[in-house]
Amino acid sequence: MDRRTTIKWVLAVSAAWPAIHRGFGQATAAAAAVARQGDSDAQGYGTDPDLVTAHKRGEYWPLTLTSAQRRLAAVLCDLIIPADEHSAGASAAGVVDFIDEWVSAPYPRNREDRPIVLKGLAWLDTEGRRRAGSAFADLAAGAQHAICDEICDARRAAPKQRSAAQFFALYRDLTAAGFYSSAAGRKDLNYIGNVPLASFDGAPPELLKKLNLA
Amino acid sequence: MPFVKPAAQQRSYDVIVVGSGAGGGQTAYTLCMDGAKVLMLEAGRKYTPETETPMFQTPDLAPLGGVGTPGKPFGFYDATVDGGWHVPGEPYVRTTEDHAGRFEWWRARMLGGRTNHWGRISLRDGPYDFKPKSRDGLGFDWPISYEDVAPWYDKVELLIGVYGSSEGLENTPNSPPGCLLPPPKPIVSDYLIAQRAKRLGIPAIPAHRAVLTRPLDHTRNPQLLHPGNVQAQKILAADMRSRAACLWATPCGRGCSIRANYQSTTVHLPPALATGNLDITTDAMVYEVTLGPDGRATGVSFVDRKTGKHEHASARVIVLAASACESARILLNSKSARFHEGLANSSGKVGRYLMDTVGSDVWGQVPLLESLPPLNEDGADGHQLYTPWWLYKEQLAGKLGFARGYHIEIGGGKHMPGFETGSRLEWLTGGNYGAKFKQDVRRYYGSFVYFDGRGEMIPNEQSYCEIDPGGAKDKWGIPVLRFHWGWSEHERRQAAHMQRTFAGLIEAMGGKPHSVETNGAKAIAPGGSIIHEVGGAIMGSDPKVSVTNKWCQTWDVPNLFITDGAVFASNADKNPTLTIMALAWRAADHILERMRRKEL
Repeated sequence: MDRRTTIKWVLAVSAAWPAIHRGFGQATAAAAAVARQGDSDAQGYGTDPDLVTAHKRGEYWPLTLTSAQRRLAAVLCDLIIPADEHSAGASAAGVVDFIDEWVSAPYPRNREDRPIVLKGLAWLDTEGRRRAGSAFADLAAGAQHAICDEICDARRAAPKQRSAAQFFALYRDLTAAGFYSSAAGRKDLNYIGNVPLASFDGAPPELLKKLNLA
Repeated sequence: MPFVKPAAQQRSYDVIVVGSGAGGGQTAYTLCMDGAKVLMLEAGRKYTPETETPMFQTPDLAPLGGVGTPGKPFGFYDATVDGGWHVPGEPYVRTTEDHAGRFEWWRARMLGGRTNHWGRISLRDGPYDFKPKSRDGLGFDWPISYEDVAPWYDKVELLIGVYGSSEGLENTPNSPPGCLLPPPKPIVSDYLIAQRAKRLGIPAIPAHRAVLTRPLDHTRNPQLLHPGNVQAQKILAADMRSRAACLWATPCGRGCSIRANYQSTTVHLPPALATGNLDITTDAMVYEVTLGPDGRATGVSFVDRKTGKHEHASARVIVLAASACESARILLNSKSARFHEGLANSSGKVGRYLMDTVGSDVWGQVPLLESLPPLNEDGADGHQLYTPWWLYKEQLAGKLGFARGYHIEIGGGKHMPGFETGSRLEWLTGGNYGAKFKQDVRRYYGSFVYFDGRGEMIPNEQSYCEIDPGGAKDKWGIPVLRFHWGWSEHERRQAAHMQRTFAGLIEAMGGKPHSVETNGAKAIAPGGSIIHEVGGAIMGSDPKVSVTNKWCQTWDVPNLFITDGAVFASNADKNPTLTIMALAWRAADHILERMRRKEL
């Protein structure tokens, strides 16, 4: 296996979404046991999906977030990856659909993440109402940041906000996963591959020289 | 002859080949090109890479960003269909779920088997690797030497196309001139790794992979491979002309619709089918080799997965190439008055001495590689350099505390962004979010390096498979395997050495390893998870302690052969596929010769 398949092995075999993400409860060893039976994807896309036709989100399993949850999901993912001079923001890149698909999927890893995301979104609204009397999405940007600043680093979060911080870490990962999987993400990173070439030239000599590697 | 349903099979064949991957594909190719009539039985479905391969699909076109799921463990776009760590309806049993004793069994139920998605790393075993016991007293010697196998390594390289170079390093064989294709040019991270590795005395040389960096020589190679066989030369020349060279994009693990890399389905099976000598029946789940009163194999029994019917096919010679554990399972399930404990198992060694590769990885982040200009570093799927084992002398002198070596698979560069690109970066970005986070991802993209250690495991008595004594069966009613697994101190120490070495390499680059695990028991990947499982029907020179002779022919049943990884008597650090093919070709040549002499 090459190293990328190894990474996927780590994720797939051990269902090793790191413990840091297991904030709002319910992480169990069930994932491995279910996966071993091999029939856990009965409601998923199975073992032999069509690989060449573009997939539409919701095609294999219904999207399940409510419109209020989607509105909040959009606000939060744009706080994490906003539009800038390089590229679009997360919601414009389709990240809300991606996250909806993720938490609606029937696989063990997704079923573990779903309650963390749903409880985390609910917590944001509760916190918004407690602090400023309105749902998170309706808060002023400053108030939204104030909440996020408290939970954006799991290592520094207050003990009572540990679950919220673990939710934020997961949500940031999912936002990044959706965004950098998209055309906007590829543009943001100036990715210029995935095109057929007549020859492969390797590292440019002038760059090697600059890096003292020539 | 073509793809046939069971009812359309001929009454009898010269040879039945069970399995269509590297071993089965090579066996059938060699036999058919020399005129034998072959029936290939594959448990999975027919698979057509030319139309089924997702070549340029981006991750946003896949569910869940293309990330792995139980149904597609290596990612949505991985070539494997109907396979993975768990095959629905086909369970297996293991004695423990513990990290140290767990065995993971990857299967691919599809034409071409695992060759459709494999890493294409194609290394020759070296002279030491065939005689390990003579060198350090551990494990088993093979009944053959490197020199015995070398001509078939040459042939396989000429047939499938392997890039690489000959560097003359210890126990790292050169290929004769004209066998290898030129390696792809290194990318920026490769230069940095090679420069810093050199300072540590660690070599970094071109990798060997089964990817066409230029078209194969369709005039010369067919003549070298099939001297005196004009028909075979003609078929192979036509087939080689129809394989395109790499277009320097798209991951090889998805398969290749232009046939620029090796898959059994794109390299072995097309010319074999073109001879008219090959019938293939897919969805044929073989569970037993049948035995005649004379002690010779008469054929195989299988379940037609489409109809559920039990069928039988007959041939003069039976070749198992169903993958090491599946071949062992078929033998163990083939019980008769003569073979109470399974066919060809008078030694009691069927299922014994399973080996995988010792796997342990470290990755890290390197500031010197941050914020580089836009670069297309797709290459031939990003594997330009590797490090062959370099400490033979220190090891033999007893300085390392473990007996066998490993090679390093080196990774880095700006590959297509996706699910992992911006995830799990807290160790570098802290709690950043917003505009700063976006800048961070730009900065770090392409600045990661990956070192995957792949090492030799010594066969032991604790690692084996047997028919589940609890009586578990798959959905076809076929008894399933139970796996036992254990590592020795040699493997654990080797894994710890990998971790320290890779951390040292990353630090020598001015980088920061993500995490380092120096407890070897924790650093080692579970058995089977590197998908290099071999053994289970090892070859040897003594029928009492081995299952086959040096021709992959079972000691007990003269017309029964095994041409997958089951016959490996050791599992060198070198990835096993090239050796599987070389041994399969050699065994098939032997079968042809014996059939010509009417001995089979």
